Amino acid sequence: MEIEEHYLYTKEHEWVYIEDNIATIGITDYAQEALGDITFIELPEVDNEVEQFEHFCSVESVKAASDIFAPMSGKVIEVNADLESGPGLINKSCYEKGWIAKIEISDQDETSNLMTHQEYQKYLESLE
Amino acid sequence: MSNPQVVQSLSMSEHPLKHTPLYEEHLALKARMVPFGGWEMPLQYDGILTEYEYTRRGVAIFDTSHMGEFMVEGDAVQSGLDRVVTQSIKDMPIKSCRYGTMLNSEGGVMDDLIVFRLAERKWMIVVNGATMEKDAQHFSQYITPKTIFKNISYQTGKIDVQGPLSREILKTFIHGIEKLDYYTLDEFILLGEKVIISRTGYTGELGYEIFFPWEKTALLWRELLKNDKVRPAGLGARDVLRTEMGYSLYGHELSETISPLEAGLEKFIDFQKDFLGKEVLLKQKGQGLKRKIIGFVSENRRSPRQDYKIFSRDLKEMGVVTSGTFSPSLNRGVGLGFVDAAMNLTSGEKIYFGDEKNAVGCEITKRPFYKNGSLKN
Repeated sequence: MEIEEHYLYTKEHEWVYIEDNIATIGITDYAQEALGDITFIELPEVDNEVEQFEHFCSVESVKAASDIFAPMSGKVIEVNADLESGPGLINKSCYEKGWIAKIEISDQDETSNLMTHQEYQKYLESLE
Repeated sequence: MSNPQVVQSLSMSEHPLKHTPLYEEHLALKARMVPFGGWEMPLQYDGILTEYEYTRRGVAIFDTSHMGEFMVEGDAVQSGLDRVVTQSIKDMPIKSCRYGTMLNSEGGVMDDLIVFRLAERKWMIVVNGATMEKDAQHFSQYITPKTIFKNISYQTGKIDVQGPLSREILKTFIHGIEKLDYYTLDEFILLGEKVIISRTGYTGELGYEIFFPWEKTALLWRELLKNDKVRPAGLGARDVLRTEMGYSLYGHELSETISPLEAGLEKFIDFQKDFLGKEVLLKQKGQGLKRKIIGFVSENRRSPRQDYKIFSRDLKEMGVVTSGTFSPSLNRGVGLGFVDAAMNLTSGEKIYFGDEKNAVGCEITKRPFYKNGSLKN
C-alpha cells in the first residue's frame, strides 16, 4: 500500500497536502483499492464552506457508493475537473493526478486531528 | 471515506462458508474473496472493469462450481419433473437446454434453472448454489419413487468459458466443440474425461459451461489459464455482464415472494401443461399484476444500487431497485427494479432512482441494455 510522506491522513482514508494556507485533498491508495474501479465522482462546489470530518463529496465505483469527508475546514477554491470525465484517474494516481479539491484552510490547528504518514502506516497495519 | 458496501447477495453468515474445488486457485491468483450464497467466492482478480473487458472482447473463465446439478432418469411427465418446472420439457430436442423456473405453492419463484435433456429419458437440472439444498428437497418430494433422482452438486465442478474468442480457444483442445449451437449441449472428451459441455452462459457473449469432475476441476482451470489469452473473472464482472444483459439474479429479481410473471419471465412458462403454482399464476393473470419489473438507464455515470427507491416523473415513490451497476458499454448507470404496475410505465419514460434528497434521472429502457453481444455468433 502506497503512502506519501509529507501528507497528512484521516481515519477515513482521505489525505491532505498543505502548502501555506491551501490544502489539496484526495483519497488514499487504501481507499481507492477498497472501492475498486471508480466510475463517478460528485465534486464539491467551488466557494462552498466545508467543516472538518463532515461530508465533502461522493464517489461511486462499479459495485459501491461511498462518501468522502473533508480532512480540514475551509472554503473550496478549486476542484479537479478532469475527474468528471475520467474518475478512474483516482485509481491510477490517487496522490497526484487524482486529487479531488483544494481548500483555503480556515483553521491551521485542525492538523492536530490528522495523522502523519508514519501514524497512518501504523493505523493501516492495525486494520489488518 | 465511508466504508464501501459491496453488494453481496444471500450471504449466510451463520454457517461456515463452503469452498469450491477452485478455492486454492483463487487464493494463488490473489483474488479478493467474498461470501456469496453460503460460498466463499472470488469477487475480482485484476479488477472488475478489466475482467469485464476480457469477457466482452476476448475470453474469460469463471468458477461456477457452487451451482447445483441434479440428475433425473425417467419420462418427462411420469417422473414428476415436468410438474416441478415451469418451462415445457416434453418437446425438448435431445441435447438441448431450456431455461425456466420452479415455483412454490404460492406461485413464488423457488429458483430459476436450466433443464438439460441428455437423452430421451435422462435429464440434468442446473440450479443456483445458494438454493441447491432447498431445491433438491423440493425435487425429491415431487419426483416419483420409481424415478432415479441424484443430487450430483458436490461431485460436479463447473467452469464457464465466456467471450467472443471462447470457441477459437476451446477448439484447440476439445474436438468438435465448434459444432455446438446456442443453448445445446453434448458430451466431449476433455483432459481424458468424458464431460458435458453446454453452449450457455450468463454474460451475453458466445460461451460454454463445462461440467467437470469436482476433484479434477482445478486441473482444467490451470490448463485453460496456460493460454495467455484466457483470464480469470470474478463475481463482480459477472454481475456487471449479466446486469447489462438484463438477466435476473436469484435473490434480487427473483425470490419466493416474487411471481415469475412480475419478474417478466412469462415466456419461460408453459401454461398448456400442469405445474406447481399454476393456479396462482392464472389468478394473477386474471386479476392483473400488482408490480412489474423494469429496466432503466441513468442519465449520467451515476449507478443505481440495490434497495434504492424508484420515483415517478413527478417524484412519487413507486418502486425499488433490485440490481444496479455502472455499465461500461453505455458509460452510464443501469438498473433493474420493481414498480407499481398501475403506473403503466412504458419504455422511453423518464423516472428517477435514489432517495428523497438525491434523485437521479433515468429512462425506462428495453432489455438487454447491451445489444452487441456475441452469444448467438
